[in-house]
Amino acid sequence: MTDLITLQGVNKYYGDYHALRQIDLKIRQGEFFSLLGPSGCGKTTLLRTIAGFEETSSGSLHIDGRDMRGVSANHRPTNMVFQSYAIFPHLSVGENVAFGLRKDPRGKAEKARAVERALEMVGLGGYGGRRAHALSGGQRQRVALARALILEPKVLLLDEPLSALDKKMREQMQVELMRLQRQVGITFILVTHDQEEALVMSDRIAVMFEGEIGQLDDPETLYRRPNSKRVASFIGLMNFLRGRVTEVGAQIEVEVAGLGRCAVPAEQAPAGAAPGDMSIGIRPETLAILFEGETTDRRVVRGMVDEVVYYGDMTYYDVRIEGVEKPLTISMKNLIGRPVLDVGTATRVAWDERSLVLLAG
Amino acid sequence: MRKDSRLSDEERRTIALISVPFVYALLLLALPLGAIVLFSFWTQDFLDIDTAFTLDNYREALSGPIYRTLIGRSLWIAGSVTAVTVILAFPIAYFVSFHVQPSRKSLWLFLITIPFWTSYLIRVFLWKVILGYNGVLNTSLQGVGLIDEPLTFILYNANAVVITLAHAFAPFAILPIFVALEKIDRSLLEASQDLGESKVTTFLRVTLPLAMPGVVAAVLIVFIPTIGDYVTPRLVGGPNGLMIANMIQTQFLRLNNAPLGAALAIIAMICVTVIALAFVWLNRKWLRSR
Repeated sequence: MTDLITLQGVNKYYGDYHALRQIDLKIRQGEFFSLLGPSGCGKTTLLRTIAGFEETSSGSLHIDGRDMRGVSANHRPTNMVFQSYAIFPHLSVGENVAFGLRKDPRGKAEKARAVERALEMVGLGGYGGRRAHALSGGQRQRVALARALILEPKVLLLDEPLSALDKKMREQMQVELMRLQRQVGITFILVTHDQEEALVMSDRIAVMFEGEIGQLDDPETLYRRPNSKRVASFIGLMNFLRGRVTEVGAQIEVEVAGLGRCAVPAEQAPAGAAPGDMSIGIRPETLAILFEGETTDRRVVRGMVDEVVYYGDMTYYDVRIEGVEKPLTISMKNLIGRPVLDVGTATRVAWDERSLVLLAG
Repeated sequence: MRKDSRLSDEERRTIALISVPFVYALLLLALPLGAIVLFSFWTQDFLDIDTAFTLDNYREALSGPIYRTLIGRSLWIAGSVTAVTVILAFPIAYFVSFHVQPSRKSLWLFLITIPFWTSYLIRVFLWKVILGYNGVLNTSLQGVGLIDEPLTFILYNANAVVITLAHAFAPFAILPIFVALEKIDRSLLEASQDLGESKVTTFLRVTLPLAMPGVVAAVLIVFIPTIGDYVTPRLVGGPNGLMIANMIQTQFLRLNNAPLGAALAIIAMICVTVIALAFVWLNRKWLRSR
């Protein structure tokens, strides 16, 4: 895949506030790319910079090989789906979708067909004559999508498009957006603060903190091998334990507080890990509670149930283990025959060195 | 409270609450209006009023060239005032809404209302001082050598009436347009640019249509009171700047012909009503389209 968008050393200041810090980023042709981060991390600013609504303070931005310096939003090969959808209230659905076609040389009838096709693509076939104010939130979003996609942009920018929808609608739209992206083959850049949404939809995710990109990887790598504590704690749930690296070789020897000594493969540690104190991350689903009579060939440590949160399909236990600072969160599927333990129950916890992630700091 | 009372508690309270304003409106609005309507069908007979029904007043009002001229001029002046006021008010409202920091907007609105701190009459007199033969404007222009003789077309004619009224009604036009502009979601303007429109075409395709209800409101608010204005034409209008209200006053107080004055008042009212309804209808059309 070729790079469609290239950002080099992009900085953005609002007065003294440093909103984007030295962003270097390459976004590939045809990928579903997400900018993920907590609010105020600069992800929307970065998106608006690509759209042309914000000027960069320094650095360069190229889209499809063209320098975008001095190119205003109406001349960029990008289109945006706004968080508020920005549907024109004085126009009908069809007029909204046709808004960007004014300079299109095609004839009236052809344009009308294009509008109908765009509406059908987003599942709103036949809605062209409706008034914009009569639409539901989900329908507005589809209109916004059709209005952007009809112009066949090189890049579609989506600014938290699902945040205004309820949970069911959101999940449905996630699937639909992915289908749409595969169908049209346009590069999508999604801004979201919802890590689950980013993991579900994206080919690659850039996690941003305080104007910087903390990590850029595919969803699986991001989840399994976060490169820092802040990425690890932002994406999914993560238990943090104190640890000390004693020896670095083909494997890394590490002493984990409360769990004991073990050797982990080098790819589970940051490059250039040296002996010394490190944080150890363990995902809740890679730990397991051993119920009465269960055995395992994995390593086992004793603990006591500190908290139980029952979710129906899952139960989350907080288990206190001697020598571990905070109780470890463990998620267990509620399989047939498995009881839900009470607070205070003594139990055994199985763990595996393959699921440990070594993190700096 | 008696059980057989025909009014419930709530109804009594409602009647008690509205009775005072209702009586007030009846005495000061409905009765005078009714009297005017009645008068317009009567005849003045020197000091007495002949109460026999007649349409002569209307016949005279509609056929007399002087009345037609005055009604036509009133409509023309009110239309000009409205056009000038709204066209000048729009950029001001736009500037305050789009280019003034949000924290400063209320200060700006406050400043716009400053002309209201002096009485209407004093403001009209001030315009006399500014526009007069030896007024501020003429002496300044002569002082800088732009003109050799004082301009005479700016006072004691229709132009002076338009200038004075346009200034007096400016805030009434600025405020509704400002409110309409404030209500426009700024992301709509970005969306328009994102879809390929420049700032100018965005204004024409998005901002202006969405501001139309405010513009129509401003037109009504300026047009309706100016058409019946009496003080300004009297003070700065000269003989050629007089409007229908001045003639109505003359009929009632100078020529002692209240019935003809009443008929003229009714005709002027009908003109305003027809034009106002046309604009209300236009506004409805705009509002329905969203």
